[in-house]
Amino acid sequence: MKRAPTFMDRKDLLALATVAVILLIVFPALLDGFRLNLVGKYLTYAFVAVGLVLCWGYGGILSLGQGVFFALGGYGMAMYLKLEASSVENTKIQSTPGIPDFMDWNQITELPLFWQPFHSFPLTLILIVLAPALFAFVIGSAMFKRRVSGVYFAIITQALAAIATILIIGQQGYTGGVNGITDLRTLHGWDIRTDQAKFILYFVNAALLLGVVVAAMFVRDSKLGRILVAMRDKEDRVRFSGYSVANFQIFVFCLAGVFAAIGGAMFTLQVGFMSPSLVGIVPSIEMVIFTAVGGRLSILGAIYGTLAVNFAKTSLSESFPELWLLGLGGLFIAVVAVFPNGLAGLWRDYAQPFIDKALKLRSVDPADPGAEVAKQAAAAAE
Amino acid sequence: MASQDDRPQSELRRRLLMGMAAAPLAGFLPKAAFAQTPPTSAVNTTGLAVTDTEVTVGILHSVTGTMAISETGSVQAEKLAIEQINASGGVLGRKIKFIQEDGASDWPTFAEKAKKLLVNDKCAAVMGCWTSASRKAVLPVFEQYNGMLYYPTFYEGLEQSKNVIYTGQEATQQIIAGLDWVVKEKGAKTFYLLGSDYIWPRTSNKIARKHIENFLKGTKVVGEEYFPLGHTQFNSVINKIKLTKPDVIYAIIVGGSNVAFYKQLKAAGIDMSKQTLVTISVTEDEIDGIGGDNIAGAYACMKYFQSLDNPNNKEFVAAFKKMWGDKTVIGDVTQAAYLGPWLWKLTVEKAGSFDVDKVAAASAGIEFNKAPEGYVKIHDNHHLWSKTRVGLAQKDGQFKVVYESPDLIEPNPFPKGYQ
Repeated sequence: MKRAPTFMDRKDLLALATVAVILLIVFPALLDGFRLNLVGKYLTYAFVAVGLVLCWGYGGILSLGQGVFFALGGYGMAMYLKLEASSVENTKIQSTPGIPDFMDWNQITELPLFWQPFHSFPLTLILIVLAPALFAFVIGSAMFKRRVSGVYFAIITQALAAIATILIIGQQGYTGGVNGITDLRTLHGWDIRTDQAKFILYFVNAALLLGVVVAAMFVRDSKLGRILVAMRDKEDRVRFSGYSVANFQIFVFCLAGVFAAIGGAMFTLQVGFMSPSLVGIVPSIEMVIFTAVGGRLSILGAIYGTLAVNFAKTSLSESFPELWLLGLGGLFIAVVAVFPNGLAGLWRDYAQPFIDKALKLRSVDPADPGAEVAKQAAAAAE
Repeated sequence: MASQDDRPQSELRRRLLMGMAAAPLAGFLPKAAFAQTPPTSAVNTTGLAVTDTEVTVGILHSVTGTMAISETGSVQAEKLAIEQINASGGVLGRKIKFIQEDGASDWPTFAEKAKKLLVNDKCAAVMGCWTSASRKAVLPVFEQYNGMLYYPTFYEGLEQSKNVIYTGQEATQQIIAGLDWVVKEKGAKTFYLLGSDYIWPRTSNKIARKHIENFLKGTKVVGEEYFPLGHTQFNSVINKIKLTKPDVIYAIIVGGSNVAFYKQLKAAGIDMSKQTLVTISVTEDEIDGIGGDNIAGAYACMKYFQSLDNPNNKEFVAAFKKMWGDKTVIGDVTQAAYLGPWLWKLTVEKAGSFDVDKVAAASAGIEFNKAPEGYVKIHDNHHLWSKTRVGLAQKDGQFKVVYESPDLIEPNPFPKGYQ
């Protein structure tokens, strides 16, 4: 850490390759369709966690409202899919055919204006990225320009998550309310419910996640990344050095929001619905916990953390349906108390020195360069 | 002479009678012995989790999170029914084994677990869900993987699926007869509609409003208001109610909000012996939280109350308390959940197969005489024919049944004139 980090140095490449191997080869080879789809769902949360590593770990901006951005992406995609599923012939039993079923139940007779753009697929994709960026920009400008930061910012984002939930539930004629937007069928005519579609979507999702990771690494290793760290550690000094702190904060907040929105859109595609239970305070905080478990300074740790927590959640809840929340709570306390730097911290303190030593020995034996990759992969998978 | 003539005749008659009595038995025995173990390959052609001795079903409710309070009763009732079915010989000679999953009051989790039960565990049927949101989340899963869901809660209707049997009431079954009763019995003219803000209360109030405005004579709605889930400040609406003085407060408030609502009504001096209040969202389970003192005097429209006086129900209540303790109470949904495994067993035996398609096809017309609520029958639309009953809440947390619809009411999830 003494010298300035360079983008994609050997260590990064190796770690990234390990993750790619795990996501793209190991999981699809070992898991059945159902479990793979589950992993796909977990990985959509990893988008949020990667964003939080930049925003919180490096930028020092703790957002407890990332669920809102996840929702913006998720609902955007869901609205497009819902409109496609609500064709006139599919909905002819309704009093107004051609609009989503929940609108019909709420006596809405015409598609609201803000739903109109979601008839178009390209426009939907643009909005999935643009809407959260714009929203984050507005919130960020309002906060950071007034030098609101730290705990106050966290509280305000938490309030945003609460407001978003209330708004979505309250306006059920327009949003599907507490049920969310359900019964989604096709994406541009392609049935997303089949096992084959789920398989393809998993790879799309994994590839997008790796893309986001590379983007995050690029930001981290650029000059911008160093300013972020400086800002986190001594905001005033950065400001006195002539940097506009607020603009950097707004940027990283927007970036984290966009990452989360991409995750949300992929969530909708893979799970088949979107509901306000992914928006509120609890899921937003859960996403912070994924980041913390992975280690908030480690971009790839965020992925491992997300997977670890969600695997634990699923397997505990399958084995002990009545006790699993206690177990999960215990796990979180253990993480915070015993290893505050998360999985990445454990790795750095215990596994990395061991591997470095092994690598030094190994360098005598250059005949087998593939072994170290396999070894790291195995260790990381554990 | 006459006596001599009589004897052979009477003997003949006796023999005939005996023979007639034995005939169905004799016909039944070999058939029953045969039906004990039909080969697995014959009753399961779609790869469900059925062996020569066991059949696996799923139980999918929230046992953690905000819905756990409500759904626990359903889990208990389903386990009781499964145990009773196993004690009486199981289904097609096979014992029921259940796999329980926790939906954790979280709709994506429900979808995930439903998929697990169908895809990994190959459950022949799933008893589960409580809220509409959880049902909506799992419905595409059941339709895609062709599962069978027995859904216990009274709900808003507007839905019908080959893959779901709705053992609770759809909205018109719960509302219309109750409104007719309150208008006739109390001479009610004005109604104030209240509800928690989601699809079930809104749809139910819409049906109530249509019925009040279009089907009853000289009655009208004087107010309608909704509150977010978990809302606890009802003072302003209580003031409005005091000003408008409606004949009937029609309340569809759910969950924890109920506790605040009824306490604040009482604190505001609204005396339920003078002010009629009708609810379709409070069962014995909710009164446990609200407190009998706070709600005594209110009327609830349900199809089942724990206090129902019939032999089936006495047996059911005794068995339930024996299994789950004397302090447990049994609400409408708990009873409907109890019907799920039984209706499934009867359907499977009628179909002679565990295959979901055959079970779905055989469901219409299934009758169950031993239901605690009395006789029930599955309609072609996969809902149950059931009665509407009005209960008067007592201080001890039980209801006194004051009205019962004379006939079973036909389920009509897409009611004409109410949309």
